[in-house]
Amino acid sequence: MKKRIISILLVAVITASSLAGCGKSSSSDAEGGEEGKVINVYSWNDEFRKRVEAVYPKVKETSKDGTVTTLNDGTEIHWIINPNQDGVYQQKLDEALMKQADASADDKVDIFLSETDYVNKYTDADADVAMPLTSLGINPDTDMAEQYEFTKVTASDVNGVQRGSTWQCCPGLLVYRRDIAMDVFGTDDPEAIGQKVKDWDTLKATAEELKAKGYYTFSSYADTFRLYGNSIEASWVSPGETTVKVDQKIMDWVKDSKEWLDAGYLDKSVKGQWNDDWNKAMGSSAKVFAFLFPAWGIDFTLKPNWDGENGVWGVTNPPQEYNWGGSYIHACTGTDNPEHVKDIILALTADKKNLLKLSKDYAEFTNTRSGMQEAAGDASYSSEFLGGQNSFQYFAPVAENIQIAPLSAYDQGCVELIQNSFSDYFQGAVDFDKAKANFETAIIERYPDITAIQWPE
Amino acid sequence: MKSKQSSHLRSIMAHMVLIILSFMCLFFFYILFINATRSHADLQKGFSALPGGYLFENLRNVANDGTFPMFKGILNSLFVSGCSAAIATYFSALTAYGLYAYDFKLKKAAFTFIMAILVMPTQVTAMGFLRLVTNMGMYDSLVPLIIPSIASPAVFYFMYSYLQSSLPMSLVEAARIDGSGEFGTFNRIVLPIMKPAIAVQAIFTFVGSWNNYFVPALIIQSKEKMTVPILIATLRGADYMNFDMGKIYTMILVAIVPIILVYLLLSKYIIAGVTLGGVKE
Amino acid sequence: MKTKHKKIDYAKWGYFFILPFFVSFFIFSFIPLIDTIRYSFFEYYRSGIKEVGPNFIGIENYISLLGSDMLKYAANTLILWIIGFIPQIVIALVLAEWFVDARLKIHGTQFFKVVIYLPNLIMASAFAMLFFTMFSTNGPVNEILMSIGLIKEPFDFLGSVFGTRSLVGFMNFLMWFGNSTIMLMAAIMGISPDVFEASELDGCNSIQRFFYITLPQIRPILAYTLITAIIGGLQMFDVPQILTNGQGTPDRTSMTLIMFLNSHLKSRNYGMAGALSVYLFIVSGILCFFVYRMTNNDDPDGSKAAAKKAKKQRRR
Repeated sequence: MKKRIISILLVAVITASSLAGCGKSSSSDAEGGEEGKVINVYSWNDEFRKRVEAVYPKVKETSKDGTVTTLNDGTEIHWIINPNQDGVYQQKLDEALMKQADASADDKVDIFLSETDYVNKYTDADADVAMPLTSLGINPDTDMAEQYEFTKVTASDVNGVQRGSTWQCCPGLLVYRRDIAMDVFGTDDPEAIGQKVKDWDTLKATAEELKAKGYYTFSSYADTFRLYGNSIEASWVSPGETTVKVDQKIMDWVKDSKEWLDAGYLDKSVKGQWNDDWNKAMGSSAKVFAFLFPAWGIDFTLKPNWDGENGVWGVTNPPQEYNWGGSYIHACTGTDNPEHVKDIILALTADKKNLLKLSKDYAEFTNTRSGMQEAAGDASYSSEFLGGQNSFQYFAPVAENIQIAPLSAYDQGCVELIQNSFSDYFQGAVDFDKAKANFETAIIERYPDITAIQWPE
Repeated sequence: MKSKQSSHLRSIMAHMVLIILSFMCLFFFYILFINATRSHADLQKGFSALPGGYLFENLRNVANDGTFPMFKGILNSLFVSGCSAAIATYFSALTAYGLYAYDFKLKKAAFTFIMAILVMPTQVTAMGFLRLVTNMGMYDSLVPLIIPSIASPAVFYFMYSYLQSSLPMSLVEAARIDGSGEFGTFNRIVLPIMKPAIAVQAIFTFVGSWNNYFVPALIIQSKEKMTVPILIATLRGADYMNFDMGKIYTMILVAIVPIILVYLLLSKYIIAGVTLGGVKE
Repeated sequence: MKTKHKKIDYAKWGYFFILPFFVSFFIFSFIPLIDTIRYSFFEYYRSGIKEVGPNFIGIENYISLLGSDMLKYAANTLILWIIGFIPQIVIALVLAEWFVDARLKIHGTQFFKVVIYLPNLIMASAFAMLFFTMFSTNGPVNEILMSIGLIKEPFDFLGSVFGTRSLVGFMNFLMWFGNSTIMLMAAIMGISPDVFEASELDGCNSIQRFFYITLPQIRPILAYTLITAIIGGLQMFDVPQILTNGQGTPDRTSMTLIMFLNSHLKSRNYGMAGALSVYLFIVSGILCFFVYRMTNNDDPDGSKAAAKKAKKQRRR
């Protein structure tokens, strides 16, 4: 209780100071004041724009080049898109955020998006760039009661103040090739396959069976990383500290990956994800049995890379519940359009009807618990690509059980660099200790304020 | 007789080496072209030596994608590269002539200074450059991509070497006797003599500027000012869930067509110019 | 008397002509450079979206860089550069010589000249992307090598130190040898035909002619090619960056200095990036001075070299 009061106090102080900081240009920010004419949205692709167009009722039209969306009341949404590649998006966003206080009303950032990997950087209480939802007049406990708890935790700062909200929820499944399953196990029934992959030990025995017939279980060691990485006990860097603590779970991933790769359960020629070899592993001529994907992965990655008939892939439960990805919407401190921003956040992340529409149109697993239960029981949500299987049936229970790993502002670099550094070790290019040393070098290069790296015993 | 035979052998060898090298050079363009004619699904299946039928589909995708204004980008790139090439060659020639033809107190110091900065990597000053441009109010503008090329030490050095070997001072003095002003002499007499050097450096500068990603990525923000390399990077990185490799290859293809055209136009002129330079003195 | 008069008369034009260059340099390079040097003495970086510093820390950045793997990256850069540059300059010299040698009767010279320069036109990043695809373990190059029976197992080009370095070197070679050929060809064509005729009368064979006449005559342009290649080598970035996904894999053996600088810029570590830039600046200065002395040893500033040399050689 005491903690809660403190956090409310904090919110009040922060809000007051941020309003004061805005100076003359945005003195009209106070509740009920006049709204600005331009809403600037920072994002890395047009995914969010399409979602807004699909479900936000006040959208009138979008210009042909997709840069400006006009609302019914004449307000314009300006989409400022920068690629995620090489960290360009965050760089440009950071520049804009640092200039926020001096920017004229129409140039201020009003909404920006972040991904799970770096959401913590922006929800930081001291930095205060993402407004607490309560300052917008949203009460997360009542207005967003339908959302999955872990998505709310993810978007909250150390004090538990929620500073962002998402429309998507990214529980992951195991997606497998039915033809390979038939060949090896004599069945392609999702329940039966689910039994064969229900935990890591069973999966290992199954991998041996697959190998005997010349198949790989997964394509790359990076495929399983999220499952381990999601279950770390403590965050990579504890709040207020400058030591990276590598979790035992991460070392388990290293050990298991090496073992699996050497045993031939993984395809040695596929190094990491998002590259050509990985894409090809999803093609019909590949020998890879399964991938670990959330809903977006099936629709946006697997489907475009698959060159065979529909209905060859099926989904079942993963060996361990995990979450992968998710885009968060934040109201930017200093916005001159708080009412519109509030409206958009509520329409996109807390309106069950809208979210179900997104699930239907974009095959997304959305952030509404009861809605997803309904979808799981509704045959009209079944997927043609999965041969008529209703994937929501499998996603929903995973989503209920996700324990989100404790986050830190350093997650993106840690996750990326640990995989890169140990990739050399898996390939046999360096020994274990050298891989550790390479990770230490790389992480300090990325985050100059890191002073030490602690490895588990 | 013997020497004729040996030169015949050398000729055959020369042809073979040239054919192998040309094959290597063209092979990658061929692959690029093939890939641009195939759909993403085809590309996933593996390499093919024969073109597919998706070129127009891919081209349509590139042309119709409003979020990546490719043709506007090509115009921007043409503008930036054209202006950069023009001012880099003109001002470098001017500087080289100034240092070559006149004797003044700081001449040696100025020359040594330019030679010293010749090697400075662009990346060294990038952060300071960004801050400066922002303070001057030229952030997100094409101007800072063009104006700094007035000072191109490498182009200068080439022009200077060329002047040393190709411009007899007697020509300048003759012009002075005819009553030509100094600036007029440079424009009317010296520039035409330097044409081959200017053509060579114009191509190099143009290509360098056309392919430059580092600086524009720092400076340019809005879509309608983006140059081609930024657009390609944007397309590649925009949406890892929704990429289309066929479209990316097509975009690269579209991006290099203008530059190849410019090159083919200028290359004729260069070869002619170089030959002309051969019979001087 | 006359020359002195000229000096007084025209000197101001010299200043006038070089003014735009120096003004532009001062604004767009010198100020940023000073800025960079200044920050190299500070602790100044971003942690998340919070700025740390600038706090003055003297030469601590320089010291900690010496303690890092910087020298290893310098060695990598040098190795990668040499792998590409040696074939580049050798082939370029040979080709240039061939192209101007009328006795070889090369057919379609125009075609070859145009073709060898083509790889230079394509963006390094796009080129690296193509290579990455082609040389991946399941890529077309491995497929072709396996189908003609040269290898049995696919070769993991990008997984081995040798493979990655050779690829980077090969790409740099392919992108730049045409450029060098054109430059050197222009230089060779600039040599007075009289010299060649005289050598022929003296009974020079083509190899002697190449070493005793062509090479000394094209020295200024050769120096230019060498210097620009060194600058390019020091700045090597796009190709290894894209090919190895910015990691310099395997085991950071293809990490170049600019990639190292880039990773500091990416983490917004202005202080460290500044110090590294200063090191780079010093190294490049030393290298260039060295090359410059080597190629113009009779005249350090080079202003009179060519004219004198041409005369000297003709007299000889």
